[in-house]
Amino acid sequence: MSNVFMGMPTLPVFGMGNLHIEEPFPAAAHRELGNTQMRANLRHATHTIRDKRLKVVAELPDWEELRDAGSATKNHVMANLPALLEEFEKNFTARGGTIHWARDAHEANKIVADLIREQGTTEVVKVKSMATQEIGLNEYLEERGISAFETDLAELIVQLGHDKPSHILVPAIHKNRTEVRDIFLKEMPNVDPDLTDEPRKLAMAARAHLRRKFLSAKVAVSGANFALADSGTLAVVESEGNGRMCLTLPETLITVMGIEKLLPGKEDLEVFMQLLPRSSTGERMNPYTSLWTGVTEGDGPQNVHLILLDNGRTAALADKYGRTALNCIRCSACMNVCPVYERTGGHAYGSTYPGPIGAILSPLLTGIKSEENSSLPYASSLCGACYDACPVKINIPEILVHLRGEDVDSKRGAKKLPSQMDLMMKGASWAFSSGKHLALLEKGLPLGKLAAGRDKKIKALPGIAAGWTQSRDMLAPPTQSFRDWWKKDHTPVAPTHKQEN
Amino acid sequence: MSAKEEILARITSALHDAPVPAPIPREYRKGSDMPRAELIELLVDRLEDYKAHVDVVEQEELPATIAERLRDAASYVVPHGIDEAWLADAALANDGRRRIDAPGAVLSVTDLDETGAVLTSSAVSIAESGTIVLDGTPSQGRRAISLVPDHHVCVVPVSSIVRLLPEALPRMDISRPLTWISGPSATSDIELERVEGVHGPRRLDVIIVKGL
Repeated sequence: MSNVFMGMPTLPVFGMGNLHIEEPFPAAAHRELGNTQMRANLRHATHTIRDKRLKVVAELPDWEELRDAGSATKNHVMANLPALLEEFEKNFTARGGTIHWARDAHEANKIVADLIREQGTTEVVKVKSMATQEIGLNEYLEERGISAFETDLAELIVQLGHDKPSHILVPAIHKNRTEVRDIFLKEMPNVDPDLTDEPRKLAMAARAHLRRKFLSAKVAVSGANFALADSGTLAVVESEGNGRMCLTLPETLITVMGIEKLLPGKEDLEVFMQLLPRSSTGERMNPYTSLWTGVTEGDGPQNVHLILLDNGRTAALADKYGRTALNCIRCSACMNVCPVYERTGGHAYGSTYPGPIGAILSPLLTGIKSEENSSLPYASSLCGACYDACPVKINIPEILVHLRGEDVDSKRGAKKLPSQMDLMMKGASWAFSSGKHLALLEKGLPLGKLAAGRDKKIKALPGIAAGWTQSRDMLAPPTQSFRDWWKKDHTPVAPTHKQEN
Repeated sequence: MSAKEEILARITSALHDAPVPAPIPREYRKGSDMPRAELIELLVDRLEDYKAHVDVVEQEELPATIAERLRDAASYVVPHGIDEAWLADAALANDGRRRIDAPGAVLSVTDLDETGAVLTSSAVSIAESGTIVLDGTPSQGRRAISLVPDHHVCVVPVSSIVRLLPEALPRMDISRPLTWISGPSATSDIELERVEGVHGPRRLDVIIVKGL
């Protein structure tokens, strides 16, 4: 088909799956803030990783030049996406791979389930993948009698704990070692009952638990970090070797990848493979990277499939101020420096994508009018730390502000009654319009004492002002206004003139 | 409309403002003139930081070093294209531990799981990041043999070491199955504490060979 645009623009088609939050961010954040164990675990983890990141980034004299190249490459990819996708498909197919296209989460899930059934199996091993998390693949397969075993240690902890991931790189970041041990003791069959909470012992328990699965699995499901258009090559970046196990040993490999993951060619890997490990785990390089181009006779899976997923990505691409959110390489550097994420944790964001990138990516994929996600662009102090940390220079604060504007615009005119905010603004306009009005209002100050407790602090304000006291106390107002004090205590004196010569 | 046609139409529509991206600047380091001795030193430092064990040897010392590194293994696998001279040490010759993986005569996954170690060569190494690349050619074998055994002994010829990733990529054949290895298997998933050894080989011994 032609890639030349002819005719009316199609309406954006938004994504579905694990992208929608179930309750607005302020309510979820309020609950999560009360989890002091989670906050302590998270503070330790994010501070450890951000210090490591700064150290290895400082080693590279050309870090900023790499960021410039990475950012420009991604913009180039987005502007030329149809041609690059066609080129990738041609090369991947020529090497014996099969490409499928999926408009949304449901279509992608169905393709995966059908491919697994064709192999006559009901068990698959999985490499950690954001795309399959986003489309809710595990749940979809489970409902159809197919067991998907997560093999990344953190994903395994989350899966065995019947929990949800809370970080895109370290999904179990909210759990400490004791909590992990308790989950293993409860949920892992044949586990040593004397298992300690030493991370090495826990990792070895995971190894023993998954070994047989790796060696006997017929089908594996993975995501992909990069896809090279000019050769049809896919890349998976990992640490534990579970990725290599899944990508190498089974006969059938099914990969699910967002359409935005493309890179033009091999030369671009030299930029992104420097940016990604340093930004994500704070390492000079991750222990293992696997690259495969279709099928290689005698080495690895001989039945290789790739599902190219839209699920709202084209809708994000249509937002010309927000589209650079698709440049994200899922390194998670933004969440590790975010003061809001550090306190609320990833679960408060609801979506598969938490933290600053999630606050823009989720509403872009689902549409800002999606009722629940419209609160996400406000989940930020706009401090800009995420923009500084982003290896591909996504201007997250700017996109947050843009999406807040979109949210306000989308709600304009929908209201029949004036909101509390409208009334407050009207009141303020009256109060500040004349000194007399303000003086009149100040007579009410002593009333503030009634709202405060014995510690002279107001802990809950009513209505729209409640947001202010949700996470902080407010001092009670003084019993007397400045004007009153001036009148009572300040006796006017005639000005004196100093003699100077 | 097929899914493909529909997605491509959506993209084309989304790009109706025809964004023109700036040219890609490539001002980052593409090459280096680091002397060979410093390259070796840098690679050793990086590999040891990942908790790999490193030997730097002359070519004539290689067979004895390999024999020493494989001493503890009850059995070991080699790809069919490995240089026979590397295995010439008396301690290795015909001691019954060697298994050869060759096209048409591949070891099963169970066989590999019961094999203690693996010996391979390597295609290219990047000193700055401590990365060794295997490319599936006959001296490195298919991907499974360097994955399933618990101990990997990897030979790195000095001539295959470069400093930077941009110097290494032109030396890689991208259409081959590639494995980039930076230290032994590791995880940082529990409290961000790095633990070496999960599913891949828990022990990585690197032998850097001068003159090779």
